[in-house]
Amino acid sequence: MHAVEKILARAAGREEVGTGEIVNCTVDLAGINDLYLQTLRSFAEMGGQKVHDPRKVVMFMDHFAPASTITQADNQKQFRAFCREQGIDLLMDIDQGVCHQILADKGLVRPGMLAVVTDSHTTTHGAFGAFGTGVGATDLAIILITGQLWFRVPEVIRINLEGNIGAGVYAKDIILKVIGTLGADYCVYRAVEFTGPLLENLGISERMTLCNMTTEMGAKTAYIQPDHVTFDFLRDKVKLESPGVTTDPGYHYAAEHSFDVTGLKPQVAAPHSVDNVADITEYLGRPINQAFLGTCTGGRVEDLAVAARILTGRHVHPRTRFIVVPASKGVFLEAMAKGYIQILVEAGATFVTPSCAACLGTHQGILAAGETCITASSRNFPGRMGHAEAEIFVASPASVAAAALEGKIADPAQYLT
Amino acid sequence: MVGMIKGRAFVYGANIDTDQIYPGGYLDLTDPELVAQHAMERVDPDFVKEVKPGDMIVAGANFGCGSSREHAAVTLKASGIAVVLAESFARIFYRNAINLGLPLLVCPGIASLVKRGDLLSVDLAAGAVINRSSGATVTAQPLSTYVMAILENGGVKPMIRKQRGLLVEG
Repeated sequence: MHAVEKILARAAGREEVGTGEIVNCTVDLAGINDLYLQTLRSFAEMGGQKVHDPRKVVMFMDHFAPASTITQADNQKQFRAFCREQGIDLLMDIDQGVCHQILADKGLVRPGMLAVVTDSHTTTHGAFGAFGTGVGATDLAIILITGQLWFRVPEVIRINLEGNIGAGVYAKDIILKVIGTLGADYCVYRAVEFTGPLLENLGISERMTLCNMTTEMGAKTAYIQPDHVTFDFLRDKVKLESPGVTTDPGYHYAAEHSFDVTGLKPQVAAPHSVDNVADITEYLGRPINQAFLGTCTGGRVEDLAVAARILTGRHVHPRTRFIVVPASKGVFLEAMAKGYIQILVEAGATFVTPSCAACLGTHQGILAAGETCITASSRNFPGRMGHAEAEIFVASPASVAAAALEGKIADPAQYLT
Repeated sequence: MVGMIKGRAFVYGANIDTDQIYPGGYLDLTDPELVAQHAMERVDPDFVKEVKPGDMIVAGANFGCGSSREHAAVTLKASGIAVVLAESFARIFYRNAINLGLPLLVCPGIASLVKRGDLLSVDLAAGAVINRSSGATVTAQPLSTYVMAILENGGVKPMIRKQRGLLVEG
């Protein structure tokens, strides 16, 4: 069995599971986002009265943090009341940040766990050797009532990464290259495992970015076998009870792909699809109205660090708005202690409280018709960040910072050698 | 819910994401009739004006990709869409729609065989799709036993209520 199958088997109370089988699994961690009041509606509609195990439930006020409309405020009010009534202590209110980064900061997702959140980017937790997957509101309500949910055991695709990363190239560029090569629907219903010697050079932040973005090729979950990088990261935060699980020798992958990143240039996903990927050099000079640095994809300390490195002693282009959103309170505090916030504010960045912010087009950086944005987030669908006639380029945090500086799409490598 | 359905087709391309089906700016809404007012807003502004109960959506690959928002399924169901026929579906959208009792069929090659306004008949159990306007036929992949059970119950909510001994209605 593959490690992800072993996680599902354990959660289903079974010795073995087979690909394609539907199994009912006990969920180890269930997260609700403030976008989805329907979760509480569905809970009530299914006759829910008491949450099955409130210790396993985390409530995140991240997408609407802080509320911009009366409806958002009322939804958050109902969620807070639900947490109080149900004894859900893990209420991450509007000061805390984006769900996936909070879970990482607090060590709440650990190797071998089954984590289900009402957010599609729950694949991020493959960086910790967990089975993370997103569901809708009603599925999450079923977990609240029963503690369990059904899953189809996925096929697993192996993506092997090797070679040497050049200046100005990051995990975001690598995963964009992978998505551009394989396509936005390549992994639908399937799991992705990253392997290979390159992982040794990628820290938790970059591994989270790889796993996070597998959602953009349809993956059900992502997985990286826990190693010293994983354990060193988690040991600082929690007492590790289990090293997780491992894939049996001879496991047969549904497909295997190898990517050598030697010579890879920074990548961009051009409008309006995440698999519309090209070398950044094809778009050099494209004027940028807004550069957006943040989210569960690209708002970590390392991401703010590279932006600060590029912008130290320099200033954002007068034509360009540079919006920076630390992914969490923890990220914000660490970046502040390291001086990155000071550098970025002096360089002309506009800071937004840790949250999802403009990524999904709700508030805090909405685009007008005809505007062009470069973003460290994950999606460039039509209208994703505002008007359907705005254009969005998805790129690495370094490429976002370089564009903020120059007011146009630029190769960040020149600032990083 | 399960059986023979007839309706008019709205036709879209590949990778229709949930932001196009239901834009992020309206995610604070919960009531289905309000959610329905923004259906397909980013891909087809005329959809809301034209859609009638019993209509169908036909699309290319990866319909419903992107966010986990159940609103994307709610908005189509509350608009009266009877079934979505696509070359493939993103998995969270698939679960969300089935949970609501909105049938989805994976229909290889269908996007090129249907034009907007064509009249289709769909036999869910048999997976048979007939384009009554052109005569073309498509065979859908069969629904799994589990999915069929959810649809036969009218969605996962009545099913869970029944399993928990709470269902009073027939």
